[in-house]
Amino acid sequence: MDDEIRRVLREHGKLPCQVETLDEDADLFEAGLTSHASVNVMLALEEAFDVEFPEPMLRKSTFESIGAIRHALTTLTAAGVPS
Amino acid sequence: MSTRLGHAPDDAAEAVFRAGLVDAGVLLETGVEGLYGHSAAYQQIVEALDAMVGRWAAELGATAVHFPPVVSRATFDDTNYLQSFPDLMGSVHVFRGDDRAHSELLRRVASGADWQSLLEPAEVVLASASCHPVYPLCTGRLPEGGRLFEIHGWCFRHEPSVDPARQQAFHMHEVVHVGTPESAERHRDQGLERGLAMLGDLGLEMASVAANDPFFGRLGTIMAEGQIEEALKLEGVTPICSVERPTAVMSANCHRDHFGLPFSIETADGSVAHSSCVAFGVDRIALALLHAHGLTPARWPAGVRARLWP
Repeated sequence: MDDEIRRVLREHGKLPCQVETLDEDADLFEAGLTSHASVNVMLALEEAFDVEFPEPMLRKSTFESIGAIRHALTTLTAAGVPS
Repeated sequence: MSTRLGHAPDDAAEAVFRAGLVDAGVLLETGVEGLYGHSAAYQQIVEALDAMVGRWAAELGATAVHFPPVVSRATFDDTNYLQSFPDLMGSVHVFRGDDRAHSELLRRVASGADWQSLLEPAEVVLASASCHPVYPLCTGRLPEGGRLFEIHGWCFRHEPSVDPARQQAFHMHEVVHVGTPESAERHRDQGLERGLAMLGDLGLEMASVAANDPFFGRLGTIMAEGQIEEALKLEGVTPICSVERPTAVMSANCHRDHFGLPFSIETADGSVAHSSCVAFGVDRIALALLHAHGLTPARWPAGVRARLWP
């Protein structure tokens, strides 16, 4: 899952640093993720994992780190939320 | 410019203000909510405000450029406006059919049927913001110190409303800087301060607030949270119809690399350029002045008149 998250961040996050070097707890917004880019990351994650983030998860904190994204995706895929 | 501020739940005060403007012949109704013609007196206020902002821009050494109120579709795509405000944009559609399609078009018009579906998108969309055409001008390497533009013109945003301060077609006047992260923030901050002072000098009670734009849909939830948190965009607000819900009449917005990246703009040292703009909602300022000082500019306070018509 982490590889796929990192791929999405690489392709859609427009981060000024190497995604591979980011620790899973590193703050992505501090690393340069903008609000605009975080929205593109969200859409790409939905497509990649065939999920839809529900309203309460539409927060910047959901996407603040690789670990946070994994946690959100795990919750969604475990709950079997349809896309 | 923000678009939600000043939007009333019942619009009562806005409707009363509009009725006064229409009765006085200042706004000329068109049958479409939020679309007006303007009297000569109104136009003189608009031109005076343009000249006032123009004097400031000249003082800064800005290059004045002029563009039509339509923007190339390719430029528009690169502005990423559709991500944030798909519901506000307007697209230009044209007829590209043959004689047979023309006959069909006329039949549909005559019978009151839908003829628009025979049209196709043109190469242009309506301008959503005045500053959009300047970014393609900057593609490539910027000179030391970046670039500074003055640009004004008609913009379109589809948000029909009884509030005269929320017009679908309106005049925006911007001073845009493209440069480094530091110079972009500096332009925003200095422009906000100067803009607030200029409008305050016209007798408007100004305050500055963090912008709260009406980002669209579920993606908008994240965008709105980011905008407030990052405080990249500030607005100058003044009460027009409501003290509790003042209207944004100017904004100062740091875009970071939002335009620098898609338009491939580099600073003199080769890094991605940042940009910022100071935008004046000229119609809203004109309306705020009419509300504050009365519908007859000849009777406005001498100090205000002297600043507008020096």
